Amino acid sequence: MSANFQDRDMVLPGDMLYEGRIRTGENTYRSQEQVYATHLGLVNYSPDNVSVVALSTGYNPLVGDVIIGEVIDIDLGEWRIDIGTQSEAVMGIPDAVDRPFRTEYVMTRVLDIGDTLVAKIVDLDRRRTPVLSILGPGLGKVYDGFIVRITPSKIPRLIGKKGSMINMIIRETGCRIAIGQNGRILISGPNREREEMVVKVINKIELEAHTSGLTNRTQEYLRQLKESSR
Amino acid sequence: MSKKPTTKKTAARKPAKSKKADKAASWKRADGRAFDELRTLKIESGVLPNADGSAYIEMGRNKILCGVFGPREMHPKHNAKPNEAVLRCRYHMAPFSVDPRRSPAPSRRDQEISMVIRSALEPAVFLERYPRASIDVYLEVLEADGGTRCACINAAAVALVDAGIPMRDLVAACAVGKIEDKLIVDLGDYEDKKGQSDMPVAYMPKLGKVTLLQMDGNMSAEEAEKALNLAIEGCKKVYEVQREALKKKYGIDQPQDKPPKEFQPEESEEEPQKEEGQQ
Repeated sequence: MSANFQDRDMVLPGDMLYEGRIRTGENTYRSQEQVYATHLGLVNYSPDNVSVVALSTGYNPLVGDVIIGEVIDIDLGEWRIDIGTQSEAVMGIPDAVDRPFRTEYVMTRVLDIGDTLVAKIVDLDRRRTPVLSILGPGLGKVYDGFIVRITPSKIPRLIGKKGSMINMIIRETGCRIAIGQNGRILISGPNREREEMVVKVINKIELEAHTSGLTNRTQEYLRQLKESSR
Repeated sequence: MSKKPTTKKTAARKPAKSKKADKAASWKRADGRAFDELRTLKIESGVLPNADGSAYIEMGRNKILCGVFGPREMHPKHNAKPNEAVLRCRYHMAPFSVDPRRSPAPSRRDQEISMVIRSALEPAVFLERYPRASIDVYLEVLEADGGTRCACINAAAVALVDAGIPMRDLVAACAVGKIEDKLIVDLGDYEDKKGQSDMPVAYMPKLGKVTLLQMDGNMSAEEAEKALNLAIEGCKKVYEVQREALKKKYGIDQPQDKPPKEFQPEESEEEPQKEEGQQ
């Protein structure tokens, strides 16, 4: 019954994290009475489980997540949308149009191939294919802005505790930021400089996501950027 | 069985060999290495921004690039497995990787090595977590100097971790061979061609499991066993380099308050302006 690492140490796949009976958290697996890491990340020991905060992961879709995707195909009655998961997401007409569908509607007028959209995962079907909807506040087709991609596991860091980080960025730059849980972030602001400022900040956060005191350092960095652009 | 005569033969030869083993420390190979010394090994992870995960390895004069994509949808779909992901590897030697130029078309040898690399990596990857998906590993040999399959496995393991694919362990690989009746670790091109035997081994160091074991040429049963142990020692050395390569990307060992770097918004893409439409 022992921990083999310090809390927040960097671990690699195959590293034995814990010997003994304990619940296995994210990015770990159990073999007999031992818990091993499956990802490169920072180990997190809590009283009742062991988990690893991965520094690089794919996106694991969950119902309720807001994501940013791109229409890649149109089938009979549904759009196929790339959201960075292993299988394409689908969205049916009732999830895209908020009124009775009639034959004279043309699907490409609602969303065409290549369109970007902010959507919500409303369901995972029995093959775990995400089912999307764009009905709701803040959801829908995207008309302009920047899209930045970061590792999905770092999204919580970008949001911060109770949104402290993202609210600070919005406050400082005046941009609108839509965060997709799949690691894509949409930024639209009053002008190009402000948008590029946010892009720089997000890239910095991604690189330093595993360090502490990041919100304060980011705020300082943002102010520096603002000074130099003036 | 024909096993008996061979063991007898080696038993006769063995005492002479063990005397030689005392001298083994002073014996040097063609390139001046000791018998259990690896070539210079350099691994870098995350070198290709367009791939989900990537690695670059220099093992002696081997230079290999590896890119990993996935888990992603399998095309063609009929190749997908309903219960697990399919790991696909593509080993390819660049036309300029060897001295008489090589045809860029995939050869029979490329196909075999792709298969060998795939089966060496498969036990380490949690394929069952991604049913119907494919994980693609592309290996491009830019310069070849013997032992490319081992170098490829080393690079691919690092790239898979970099891609954030769940793994049981890393896979490290290293070859052991025989030249002038002596066992040597990590063969170079010359030793590969002149040697009497060549045994590539891939190994999961933390789990202590061998995932690849091939052999060319002749070795006695005892030699083979000794060779396997030497190879495992070699794999452990490789493993340390792989670990360092993966950790280095996140700069954990470096001081934390380094001056802020310039960040290029290279991963951002500008969305084309769209006309107003219905939402």
